[in-house]
Amino acid sequence: MEIKANSSEYIYSAGELDKAEGKAIEELKARSQKPISDPDQWLEEEIKQNILLTTADAALNWARRSSLWTVICFPACCAFEMICTAASRFDISRFGMEIIRASPRQADLMITAGTLTWKMAPQVRRIYDQMAEPKWVIAMGACAISGGTFAHSYSVVPGYNRIIPVDVYVPGCPPRPEALLYGIRMLQQKIAKIKNF
Amino acid sequence: MAVKTELKLKTEPFVLNIGPVHPSTHGVFRMRVTLDGEVLIDLEPVFGYLHRGIEKLAEGRTYTQVIPLTDRLDYLASMSNNLAYVMAVEKLAGITVPERAEYLRVIMAELQRIASHLIAVGAFLNDCGAFMTPILYMIREREKILDLLEMVSGQRLTYNYMRVGGVSQDIPGEFLPALRKFVQRMPSYIDEYDQLLAENEILLARSKGVGILPKDMAINASASGPVLRASGVKWDIRKADPYSVYDRFQFDIPTGSVGDCYDRYRVRVQEMRQSVRIIKQVMEGLPEGEVKAEVAHFLRLPVGETYAHIESPRGELGFYLVSDNSIAPYRLHIRAPSLINLTALRDMTLGWKVADVIIIFGSIDINMGEVDR
Amino acid sequence: MTLALSGKEIAGKLEEQFPGGILDSGADSVTIKSDLLLSVASFLKDTKDLEFDYLTAITAVDYSRYFELVYQLTSLKHNHSLIIKTQLYDRNHASLPSVSGLWRGADFQEREIYDLLGIKFDGHPNMKRIFLWEDFQGHPLRKDYL
Repeated sequence: MEIKANSSEYIYSAGELDKAEGKAIEELKARSQKPISDPDQWLEEEIKQNILLTTADAALNWARRSSLWTVICFPACCAFEMICTAASRFDISRFGMEIIRASPRQADLMITAGTLTWKMAPQVRRIYDQMAEPKWVIAMGACAISGGTFAHSYSVVPGYNRIIPVDVYVPGCPPRPEALLYGIRMLQQKIAKIKNF
Repeated sequence: MAVKTELKLKTEPFVLNIGPVHPSTHGVFRMRVTLDGEVLIDLEPVFGYLHRGIEKLAEGRTYTQVIPLTDRLDYLASMSNNLAYVMAVEKLAGITVPERAEYLRVIMAELQRIASHLIAVGAFLNDCGAFMTPILYMIREREKILDLLEMVSGQRLTYNYMRVGGVSQDIPGEFLPALRKFVQRMPSYIDEYDQLLAENEILLARSKGVGILPKDMAINASASGPVLRASGVKWDIRKADPYSVYDRFQFDIPTGSVGDCYDRYRVRVQEMRQSVRIIKQVMEGLPEGEVKAEVAHFLRLPVGETYAHIESPRGELGFYLVSDNSIAPYRLHIRAPSLINLTALRDMTLGWKVADVIIIFGSIDINMGEVDR
Repeated sequence: MTLALSGKEIAGKLEEQFPGGILDSGADSVTIKSDLLLSVASFLKDTKDLEFDYLTAITAVDYSRYFELVYQLTSLKHNHSLIIKTQLYDRNHASLPSVSGLWRGADFQEREIYDLLGIKFDGHPNMKRIFLWEDFQGHPLRKDYL
């Protein structure tokens, strides 16, 4: 079968797409010189609510935290510890999280498993923006917290909290599946304290 | 009266972006494909989404500090990366490694090969459509291997076990009995997979004849590892240029004939069997002795350069090391098999449909940590 | 065992074909002039008894006065290997011919060398950055980067 590739027929050539991408990356890099502050809802003071609203809160939070669905964000090595957590031995399905959704619109948790580079940063920001509220982020591994062992490299973002706000940090390189499950448990406790109404 | 009219449809090719965040790409890999309907007419791979600058970082660390960096290159085969790097340093420095350390290195490398091929085959079957079942079975075996490797090094994924002059510590007492038990039962697990999969109609229909890589194109595109062997070239560094103590053991090199996805899958399954065979031989001949040669803490190598290569699960992994007699390498270059195996991706996928592209890409078995470094 | 061919022997053979082109020869490597690269490469690929059909790796090193490119060649048929080196002295306009016409495996490796060290390869079908993004300033693996 005859196959020809003429880039002049297309609206955008490959070179133009690359240039547009490069510009977006440089702009994001200039905007992200300081880390975004962590959302710290659990440090708020306890406000008195009436019983009806508290029960509704508790029910809603229980539903949300027991079925967190993660979106795919697997750059590097921590991805395989995440996969092992989801596999048969350290079953993450016991917490209702066995679904890993490809579409961010249907997910509410992003577990960032791997080193973030500046080239990847606009894509991660776009995926985060596409997730619907309420959404949470777990930064998994040393590279996600602070850049890890690659922190001084010319192309690595020193931590995901430059680009997206992070709720829970799980240290390790890579963190064991038990450590990740502990981090998920912490997030579930955080969700339990949210005041919705 | 029925009138036949001919509809003249005007179609245009359009560019589709697959990746970098995609459930089937093995890591952050992006392909810009030009489609005419469902059929591919052009493919451009874009990578660099995981480029961490390991080669530049290595110039600022001592020789031993580079070893954890090499772990994170091909993170599914960390032992192999460590081995290639320390072999390069030892070749330049002229250090001889004790016998027991060599045998332990071979055991670790072959266990690592089995673990890596389990994921490769599992992910390939995942892409073919068997959603999670094969990969969960294979992760079950892989967990057993990770237990063994954790006994030895303390880590599940990035071991940091090899050192210049040997390995970092000796194996504990419970390692050999556990390894013996594993090696006895592994062939029956491989038979279990084969029974379910080798004559499976869907697998055959999806992968036989798909993505053929002819022999001379494979050689010209510098492919290596299972990709090259599935195209019919009998080239394995463990036999062609033996390193460590591989020349003392008997094993075969499985090759394919056609070079399609099914051949690449079969080659990997056969290689797992051969690895079990090698481990059995190594266990019988394991000598006693030291596990690490005496090496200076801040190692200085003589001025010069060297290239050392091994057969990693993905192909020929080589380290090119230049030294200028300081405590850090002057230049470290990594010959990454996954990057070079991708050279032929465009030719393998032209003319196929989008769903086949995912399978062909999965059968090459790349690892983005290695491609991007 | 892959035999690393003796640099001196090969240098002798190459000197007959390309007089004046051989700059140096080591134990297993031959250094040639950069403009002769394509002709030497095709000679090595096509000559009987040499037949280097497999390009193992291309590397470039930045010694501050010059760039050195190292080509590792292997012959699968005869199981021997050789290293070819060239040197480039012009740091700002470093370029040399691409071997991707002879060995397709050179494709991504030459793009990588361009990206990280700034050496251009003439005749390469797609000479642009591969790991870093388009607007990135500089070439990181150079010794004078940042």
